[in-house]
Amino acid sequence: MYEGAVQDLIDELGRLPGVGPKSAQRIAFHLLAAESTDVGRLVAALQRVQAEVRFCVTCHNVAETEQCRICRDPRRTLDVICVVEEPKDVVAIERTREFKGRYHVLGGAISPIEGIGPDDLKVKELMTRLMDGQVTELIIATDPNLEGEATAAYLARLVGPLGLAVSRLASGLPVGGDLEYADEVTLGRAFEGRRRIDA
Amino acid sequence: MSTTPQALYRDEGIVLRTQKLGEADRIVTVLTRRTGKVRAVAKGVRRTKSKFGARLEPFSHVDLQLYTGRNLDIVSQAESIRSYGTEIVGDYRAYTAGTAVLETADRLTVEEKEPSLRMFLLVVGALRTLAEGVKPAPLVLDAFLLRAMSVAGWEPALGDCARCGEAGPHRHFSVPAGGTVCPSCRPTGSAMPSPVTIELLEALLSGDWGRAEASLGTNRREGSGLVAALLQWHLERGLRSLPLVDRT
Repeated sequence: MYEGAVQDLIDELGRLPGVGPKSAQRIAFHLLAAESTDVGRLVAALQRVQAEVRFCVTCHNVAETEQCRICRDPRRTLDVICVVEEPKDVVAIERTREFKGRYHVLGGAISPIEGIGPDDLKVKELMTRLMDGQVTELIIATDPNLEGEATAAYLARLVGPLGLAVSRLASGLPVGGDLEYADEVTLGRAFEGRRRIDA
Repeated sequence: MSTTPQALYRDEGIVLRTQKLGEADRIVTVLTRRTGKVRAVAKGVRRTKSKFGARLEPFSHVDLQLYTGRNLDIVSQAESIRSYGTEIVGDYRAYTAGTAVLETADRLTVEEKEPSLRMFLLVVGALRTLAEGVKPAPLVLDAFLLRAMSVAGWEPALGDCARCGEAGPHRHFSVPAGGTVCPSCRPTGSAMPSPVTIELLEALLSGDWGRAEASLGTNRREGSGLVAALLQWHLERGLRSLPLVDRT
C-alpha cells in the first residue's frame, strides 16, 4: 500500500477495463514521472469527454454537437441506413470507405440471458427514422455472433412490412486465412453466400 | 469409468453461455455429457483468426478437449458436432425460448463437474426440437422447464395432492406447495387454474405432443404462467431471459 494520493490513483486506474493491479501501479508511476504538461493534457481530455460528448439525436452515435459528423455531412446519401451495435462499429465500417449512407447505433444486441430485450435498444428510434419515406434500403451490420444474428432476425421481421430492401452483411472466410482452419459454421456460410466470378 | 477429470480430458457438450474475459478471451460454460457443467477459458476466441471460430457460441454441440486448470479449465481443441444456433437464431421465437432453455440448464445445475446426463439429454432434445421449428417454440420451452424441474428433483404434482398425496385430480394449485393440492391441504391464496391447463402441463411433462399441440392459446398462456411461477419459486432469483420470451 502506498500513501494517500498515489494509492487513490492506483485504485482508480485499476477499475478501468483490462487494467490489473500491477498495470495500474505501472501507469501511476509513469504519470508521477511524466512532465506536468503531459498530465495536464490527459486531465483536460478526460474532462472534455465528460463535459462535451453526447449521443447524436438522429443515429445515437457519440457526438460533440446535437448531430454527429456523419449525420450532418450533406455528401452522405439519405436513402440507406446501416444498423450497427456500437459506435466502435461505425468507425470500423468508416475505415473501409465502402459505405456512403448513414448509420443507426442500437447500443447493443438483443441478449435475453443478460436481460436485454428490444425495448432496451434504439429500435423504436430506428422505426421512426424508417417511416419518413426517404429511406429505401436497410443494411443490418450487427455482429456475426449469436446475439447479433438474432437481433438481425428480429429487425428483419419488424421492418418486413415497410417494404424496404433489407440486407445483412455477408459472412465467410477472413481474407488472408487458410481454408482448413475455418470452422464449419463460417465455411458453411461462405458456401451459402458464394459469388459467381465473371470470366 | 471414472468421472474425475484428468489433467487433459475430452468430452462433448452444449455451450450454455459465454462471458468476455480480458482482451480476446471468453469463459464458456458447457454442459457436458460425462463431466457435468464445466467452465473453461477459450483463449483468443474473439479474434477473427481464432482456431475456435464460431464453434464455441451458445447453442453449439461440440466435442472438446480440455485441460484441467486451477480454477477454470482451458479449452485446447473444439470440433462441432452440430450447431443448433444457425437454425435457432433465424427464428426470433425459437431464439428467445432457446436462451431460456440454456439459462435454466445453467441455473439448475448448481455444482460444477457433477455429472448430469439427464439434464444434458434434455437440453439437446429441446434445442433439436427448436431448431427443427416444427413444434411451437413456447410449448417446447414449457415442456423443457417442467422436465428440467423434475430432473432437478422438483417435479410438480399435476394429479395427486402435492402435500398429502391424495389421489386427484384436484382443482386448486399452489406454487409454494409444488402443484395441485386437495381441498383440505390447500393453503390460502392458491390459484384455481382451468382443469384443461393442468391436463396440458401433464401432456407436456409426459411428452404427449398430440394432446399438447391441440391445446388452445388461453390454456397455453395460463400453463406458461404456472410453469414460470414454479420455476421462479425454486430458483429464488428469477430468470432474466424468461420475461423476454416471445410468445406471440
